[in-house]
Amino acid sequence: MTHIDVQSALAQSLSAPYHDLVTRRTGLAVRTLIERQLSGLADGSVAFLDFSHIGVLDCSCADEFVAKLMIPLTAEHPSRDGYVVLHGVSDGHVDSIEQVLHAHGLALVVLFPDGQARLVGAVTDVERRLWEIVMLTGGIAVEGVAAKTGIAPEEALSLLNSLARRRLVRRDDDCYSPLGAVA
Amino acid sequence: MTAVITLPSSLDEPNFESVILQLAAVPDDAKVLVDARHCRFATPYGLTALLCLAQSRLEKPDFAPPEEETTASYWTRASFFKYADELYNMRGTVPRTRAGGDSDVLLEVTPVAKNEDVHAIVTRIQEKATQILTNTLDLEPRATMGFSMTLSEACSNIIEHAGRGGWVMVQRYNWSKRRVGRDVVQIAVTDAGVGFRHSLETSRARALADRWDDAIALENGVMNAVSRLSDPGRGQGLKGIRGWVHRFDGKLTVRSGKARIAPIIPDWDDDLPRQDSLPEFPGAQLQVIIPKRVVDA
Repeated sequence: MTHIDVQSALAQSLSAPYHDLVTRRTGLAVRTLIERQLSGLADGSVAFLDFSHIGVLDCSCADEFVAKLMIPLTAEHPSRDGYVVLHGVSDGHVDSIEQVLHAHGLALVVLFPDGQARLVGAVTDVERRLWEIVMLTGGIAVEGVAAKTGIAPEEALSLLNSLARRRLVRRDDDCYSPLGAVA
Repeated sequence: MTAVITLPSSLDEPNFESVILQLAAVPDDAKVLVDARHCRFATPYGLTALLCLAQSRLEKPDFAPPEEETTASYWTRASFFKYADELYNMRGTVPRTRAGGDSDVLLEVTPVAKNEDVHAIVTRIQEKATQILTNTLDLEPRATMGFSMTLSEACSNIIEHAGRGGWVMVQRYNWSKRRVGRDVVQIAVTDAGVGFRHSLETSRARALADRWDDAIALENGVMNAVSRLSDPGRGQGLKGIRGWVHRFDGKLTVRSGKARIAPIIPDWDDDLPRQDSLPEFPGAQLQVIIPKRVVDA
């Protein structure tokens, strides 16, 4: 796991010490810096983006930074093999992040201050249910998910693969596990 | 020959239409004198739109400041003359010293021209607005972030789309004697740039439209989150503003070119949802009014 302080990236992007992620230009500058950091990580690594020191996050900046960071990672042929988890986010941050993720059909794993990880963005109820089973079990195969949910194995396989492609769970051979569970 | 544009005694968003109407009768290159001598009151919308007026003229206009001392003094405290001095030829004296600021002015007239202006505005408004929003308007702390977001998105739109710099101002009012019957905060974000119709000229919505005018462009931009760029993430800013204004029982109006829409009209106010064929005024002018929260009994 790699910790990336978003505030540090913001500070490098601006000439004055501001704490708010606002405007597309700022979002682009911060994303560019963070993409550079991510490109130096090993394949399969999980990057924790820390928003703890960020004040306001507006939708334009969230779109340019968060959504566009995830688009190439979740493409059919991803730009690299890596995962992103957000933490240190406030309720206000979540409002903006959720809106822009929905606009692109994306979702993200967010680690909330209560210690709980939750999915934010465009996910169906059944996708969320399967993701929660993966989280609770710490790692499970398709057959286990099918048995726990009553969903046909083929459908469970398709849904789990979709979650893995969208970088919401990790697939290691036949096992689907939470992000961060495997170093 | 100088055309005289007489300001109404109360220069707010509805009354600024009388200013635009007078301007419509004057050729673009004509010399104008904006006569504010009998103006007694001006809102953020009125003050920032006056600066847009000057920006839109081919020849630098003249300006006769308010005669009433308290009015002129307030305009100084609101930083209006700081920028009007550059855009108008002042015909008369104005108070020069800022007498300790004004506690109800949450953000003085502030130019919006570059990315870092938006950061500075958001930082300043948070320092001053949090206490008023939570203590005076009884809004939840989360509302403060929505308030800052509304400002940042509206100001960003100037930088991204207007083609020239604009203005922002925020002020608190006690409207206990008006229909709303409580305190409000007014935000005005205005520019004299290209406006919605021109900005969306290359959009898919324009390509599909049978008719194309300012009202249709405004509805596409404000109501349907249409952007001149086809990226699905574009247009989120105004969508977020609408959501926040609606959530806090506020009112939103946007004027551009010859049209004005009021996408969110709360119960405490009356307005027309859409007006076409108004006299032309360049750019885009946005106003948000957020009232004090009514606490459930």
